[in-house]
Amino acid sequence: MLRAALPLLGLPLVGAAATEEPTQEPGSPGEPLPGLVLFRWQWHEVEAPYLVALWILVASLAKIVFHLSRKVTSVVPESCLLILLGLVLGGIVLAVAKKAEYQLEPGTFFLFLLPPIVLDSGYFMPSRLLFDNLGAILTYAVVGTLWNAFTTGAALWGLQQAGLVAPRVQAGLLDFLLFGSLISAVDPVAVLAVFEEVHVNETLFIIVFGESLLNDAVTVVLYKVCNSFVEMGSANVQATDYLKGVAYLTAEMASLSAILAVTMCGLGCKKYVEANISHKSRTTVKYTMKTLASCAETVIFMLLGISAVDSSKWAWDSGLVLGTLFFILFFRALGVVLQTWVLNQFRLVPLDKIDQVVMSYGGLRGAVAFALVILLDKTKVPAKDYFVATTIVVVFFTVIVQGLTIKPLVKWLKVKRSEHHKPTLNQELHEHTFDHILAAVEDVVGHHGYHYWRDRWEQFDKKYLSQLLMRRSAYRIRDQIWDVYYRLNIRDAISFVDQGGHVLSSTGLTLPSMPSRNSVAETSVTNLLRESGSGACLDLQVIDTVRSGRDREDAVMHHLLCGGLYKPRRRYKASCSRHFILEDTQERQDKEVFQQNMKRRLESFKSTKHNICFAKSKPRPRKAGCKKKNGVANTAATNGKSPGDLGFRDTAAVILTVESEEEEEESDSSETEKDDEGIIFVARATSEVLQEGKVSGSLEVCPSPRIIPPSPTCAEKELPWKSGQGDLVVYVSSETTKIVPVDMQMGWNQSISSLESLASPSCTQAPTMTRLPPCPLAAEEPQAPLDPRPSFAFPPSLAKAGRSRSESSADIPRQQELQPLMQHEDQSHLSPGTASSHWCIQFNRGGRL
Amino acid sequence: MGSGGSRAAQVPDADSIRRETGFSQATLLRLYHRFRALDSNKKGYLSRVDLQQIGALAVNPLGDRIIDSFFPDGSLRVDFPDFARVLAHFRPVDDEDTGTRDPKEPEPLNSRMNKLRFAFQLYDLDRDGKISRHEMLQVLRLMVGVQVTEEQLESITDRTVQEADEDGDGAVSFLEFTKSCWEGLGLSWHFLKEAIYISWREDGSSRRSPFRCQGD
Repeated sequence: MLRAALPLLGLPLVGAAATEEPTQEPGSPGEPLPGLVLFRWQWHEVEAPYLVALWILVASLAKIVFHLSRKVTSVVPESCLLILLGLVLGGIVLAVAKKAEYQLEPGTFFLFLLPPIVLDSGYFMPSRLLFDNLGAILTYAVVGTLWNAFTTGAALWGLQQAGLVAPRVQAGLLDFLLFGSLISAVDPVAVLAVFEEVHVNETLFIIVFGESLLNDAVTVVLYKVCNSFVEMGSANVQATDYLKGVAYLTAEMASLSAILAVTMCGLGCKKYVEANISHKSRTTVKYTMKTLASCAETVIFMLLGISAVDSSKWAWDSGLVLGTLFFILFFRALGVVLQTWVLNQFRLVPLDKIDQVVMSYGGLRGAVAFALVILLDKTKVPAKDYFVATTIVVVFFTVIVQGLTIKPLVKWLKVKRSEHHKPTLNQELHEHTFDHILAAVEDVVGHHGYHYWRDRWEQFDKKYLSQLLMRRSAYRIRDQIWDVYYRLNIRDAISFVDQGGHVLSSTGLTLPSMPSRNSVAETSVTNLLRESGSGACLDLQVIDTVRSGRDREDAVMHHLLCGGLYKPRRRYKASCSRHFILEDTQERQDKEVFQQNMKRRLESFKSTKHNICFAKSKPRPRKAGCKKKNGVANTAATNGKSPGDLGFRDTAAVILTVESEEEEEESDSSETEKDDEGIIFVARATSEVLQEGKVSGSLEVCPSPRIIPPSPTCAEKELPWKSGQGDLVVYVSSETTKIVPVDMQMGWNQSISSLESLASPSCTQAPTMTRLPPCPLAAEEPQAPLDPRPSFAFPPSLAKAGRSRSESSADIPRQQELQPLMQHEDQSHLSPGTASSHWCIQFNRGGRL
Repeated sequence: MGSGGSRAAQVPDADSIRRETGFSQATLLRLYHRFRALDSNKKGYLSRVDLQQIGALAVNPLGDRIIDSFFPDGSLRVDFPDFARVLAHFRPVDDEDTGTRDPKEPEPLNSRMNKLRFAFQLYDLDRDGKISRHEMLQVLRLMVGVQVTEEQLESITDRTVQEADEDGDGAVSFLEFTKSCWEGLGLSWHFLKEAIYISWREDGSSRRSPFRCQGD
């Protein structure tokens, strides 16, 4: 598979290389061209971007091909494959162009390729683990790198003195130290590429990886110092210069290298960025980062392979190469053992021998070393070619040989693997408890240790940093335990929807009282549903208004039909916004159905609730009501009334609304308004419709996008004979909204919509079902009350409305603060204008009651 | 260390305490100094107020409960042996010598089970051996803070209890608690080894403590 693909991959490159040669002549301006030039190559203008695009294309193709063959990738790390691919490509280029064309340029590497990788790794670094092991990591990174650099350099120099290196290699002690400094750094890219596939336990991983990240700083600084010494010439270096060098080194390290800075940036971002952006943006950020890093990594390894082909820069010396290989392995192992021994005196969990073996064996060298060695100045370092060759061999050896063998080695040594376990609330809770206990005990004994400072930091973070860096709403709901709960719930919801929602409707209500332990994931939504039903459910009063079954069903069907049917006349503005992704029709329809469901529920909710919390919602009409709705009479009417005559006011308002509504409807041609129109409705109209003739009748009467007022209670209040046990729909739906706390409903919606976009077969079922119910309903009525559940939508508006009504008006600011969030959500699928008015209206509705 | 030997005599019952808690002499001495420093009126025991005066404990959500754990059975004072005994829970676990230990001897205070029991008792306020839903709710309220509403807190509580509760009695027993610690913390014994500890250098200096890093 791979073999077959390689020539294919080579093709575009060959094409590019081939076209490049001839085009350079015609492109040159000096050449006289007779007559009008209709067709000519414009290679030079597009060269750079073209090549970049080509590289990325080749890289992604290669990645795809690699992923196609699981067998190969399970044995051979991807980095090896990429290097080999690079070698082949380089060979082809060399064969075609007769000279090596492409190189891993140090500038490109350090400025463009490395940062994404480092940022990505910083962003996804488990910060807790990192800081827990910071002491060890820093030791290995700083002391270990210094140790490696000096010992390797000195040993190589000794090798030369002993005459084992050919005399052609003209290098003094300083040159070797320079070489040692650049070859000593463990490369984060290589380590990450290999260790990500090995899955060793987290502590080991974080130590090796953290070391490789942090030691780049040391390496680069050390390299700079040595380089400046070499450029001065060893004869000129005085003892004081070494001192200066050390000072410089410390200063540079203190001011941190760019790599370190980017890592820290990633680390810091994670916490605060994630809290501030919406769920979708979070996913976007995550994948963008991963994609960039992955691209960069691929290109780096490929370019490494290609660069190696360039034989003009090679100068082989077996003694040097073999010596280097031996020394880096030997001193790495020795250094690790020594440092671990020292560290284990302090560590509570000592690193055992197996860990040490993996750590020393995992010291992979990579592109950083290569880029640094390419940067060397040939005039100052005469042995540069030898160094380049040696570096390439070392890099290839470590990446390919060690990379290939580390997996079997880990398996053979039975290194503790990382266990992947689902986060549980208990885990999170106990972890926090332990932290607090330890901090408290350290306080009691007056010992300012690790936990003391951790605690301090967290308090500082809570008090100042978070408030400074986070939106207030985001900050308010930020809590780790809460987070876990949130994620668990989302997961349950997803697994619930994945099952098509059937489970709940058939078994949900009759579920045995205690779920089996192993199926928590599937049933906990159900459980919550059941449990929350017993709690202070706002909507429970719905049950109190008991009605006759038959009329209930009629009403239910009616509302289902007018709420659930997709309005054929609905038109969307053809929007081609660059900033918002538009959903396709299917999705839009689902959205609409969803919104209608929301509205329906809101209505049913309100109509049963309004006389209870009426006084509380009174201020709102004034606030929100004037904002929109063309200042129709109803606001004025409502405002003018005293709170005394509730009943009269109520009906009056409704009637007025109807009138204004109808006026609007007649004159209405703006599509944007339509969305919100159905909101206002009419007790009387409904009852008429109901009596008139339910299903089809309702459709005929209101063919417009107007949503028929699902205000059953009003209708049915008038008809006392319409009473019975029914009302399950309302009951159920209100309960479903209840299980997901208000703050989570947005996330819930997102998870639903993301499910839709996943387009897994079972998910698409849910939306379809919401649209379908009317038909089966008519046939089999007993099912009716249960059917809406598959739609399982959590209307944020309902939640909002419910909350706003149940809480005092002091709550208003918070809601408004939440609003932008929702609005933003909404804007992504509706045209902006619609969205804002949409939400306003919702407010209005809440108030009108 | 040299002077420690002579001054250790100041600690009353030093030997018996050491035998019971396993603290080294220097550590014990340091603890004793700390004890005396906390004891504001030199009355020979600590009262609740003495501990409550530690500033950082006031902001610790579990601060009150930890103070309570120093005063078992409603007593109002804690003398030094008790003080040391409580703190002995936090010594690092001795190496895996459970096989060599005499089974008849009581488990050392710093064993993992005792560490866990200590933590468990912070949850279990009424000491009935079970964390009821109500107790869990109280802990969660302390830990989660004011960011979530009461209703949300209730649902978190339900979920947490349900997660750990295996026998379906609606409460978390000690066994279930340990189990949820094991599986939740993933690294099982390995974690608890250092989950709760005090990092005392034997010579009593905390100078190098930053290097004593905690693995996970």
